[in-house]
Amino acid sequence: MSNRIIDARNLLCPLPVIRTQDAVAECGAGDELQVRCTDPGVVHDIPAWCRVHGHVVRGITHEDREIIIDITVGNAV
Amino acid sequence: MTESRRAVALISGGLDSLLAARVVQEQGVHVEGINFFTGFCVEGHTHAIREQHRDRPKRNNALWAAEQLGIKLHIVDIIEEYKDIVINPKHGYGANLNPCLDCKIFMVRKAREWMDAHEFDFIVTGEVIGQRPMSQRKDTMPVVARDSGAEERLVRPLCAKNLPPTLPEREGWLDRERMHGFSGRSRKPQIALAASYGFEDFAQPAGGCCFLTDRRYAVKLQDLWKTRGRRDYDLDDIMLLKVGRHLRPRPHFKIIVGREEGENRFLEGYRKRFVHMIPSSHVGPLVLLDGDVNTDDIELAARLTARFSKGRDAGMVSIEVNDKAGTRRTLDVVPMPVEQIPQDWYL
Repeated sequence: MSNRIIDARNLLCPLPVIRTQDAVAECGAGDELQVRCTDPGVVHDIPAWCRVHGHVVRGITHEDREIIIDITVGNAV
Repeated sequence: MTESRRAVALISGGLDSLLAARVVQEQGVHVEGINFFTGFCVEGHTHAIREQHRDRPKRNNALWAAEQLGIKLHIVDIIEEYKDIVINPKHGYGANLNPCLDCKIFMVRKAREWMDAHEFDFIVTGEVIGQRPMSQRKDTMPVVARDSGAEERLVRPLCAKNLPPTLPEREGWLDRERMHGFSGRSRKPQIALAASYGFEDFAQPAGGCCFLTDRRYAVKLQDLWKTRGRRDYDLDDIMLLKVGRHLRPRPHFKIIVGREEGENRFLEGYRKRFVHMIPSSHVGPLVLLDGDVNTDDIELAARLTARFSKGRDAGMVSIEVNDKAGTRRTLDVVPMPVEQIPQDWYL
């Protein structure tokens, strides 16, 4: 089980999704990731990407202008 | 038909690729989507940057399509590799800097590589004969299949009946009769097919999904190449060309003027790499100066900055000027009258 933080700040979609995808590819089921972003589009795109790949978004929080998305990697990696 | 066959579908986010994937899916084939990010994709960026577009639905259409289809979508960053397609297109450009045929060949080639690496059986695209003037013609569609290396493993389900049978059809993985014979620019057959599948609210980019098809964008990219003396770019270059007003008052420098709060915030991320300025006495734009500028250039840029501020009709506007080292000073300038700004300064 690993916990990783992905810095996707100052990137516009779909780059934060691609960074998330690349990080998930190195994970196993049950691993947890946190993606830190600034593009508001991520609140739609990263959960949509997680849904089609079977990963779980545990929460989305906002800190100043940052959006923090917590993900648990699903079984289908 | 066998359920063990696997296809990778190029998913742009538009209607045709959505339908093509569904046609193949309906025949019991396992489909996964692939979407390529070139850096020139229109989708999302303007909405992400500009405050005035915040009320529009914000979604990645390729991901939306994947959700409608219930398939995985693999988004592939091809920014670096794609440069050669933009800079040296073997088959030339379309109306602007759009290398559509080379682009299609490249993307199908990348899909073929992905197919081989992941042990998939064939590739699906939403191409329709006659739909696009450059990449989707009867004479260029075989070129895409040949030059990409996909050959007979490239299936176009929306116009398959107008093309020779492919390997998946001959092998019985796909039933040719359950595919389509669409051709031409009419969208009616696609709209009807979408209705039959219950697809609503799909994207209709109408060829406008790539900034390289945009005349104003192409002018700015050509200007960048001309002033640098070489045809090259990086991701920041092509992102900045999407944002703000670009004016070139002198051959050796241009200014990028934020048009609203969202663009100003986006440009802020680049301010340490450029001499930049912002009005301090009035509300106004963040302006980046791109090029090696001297004192006269800075004053000219300051007057233009004042012109695009709320102080445009004031006698004097104070402009905060910041150099790349972080040194700050204030210039008081008279806003440049609109009639003194030649139209050919605008890129």
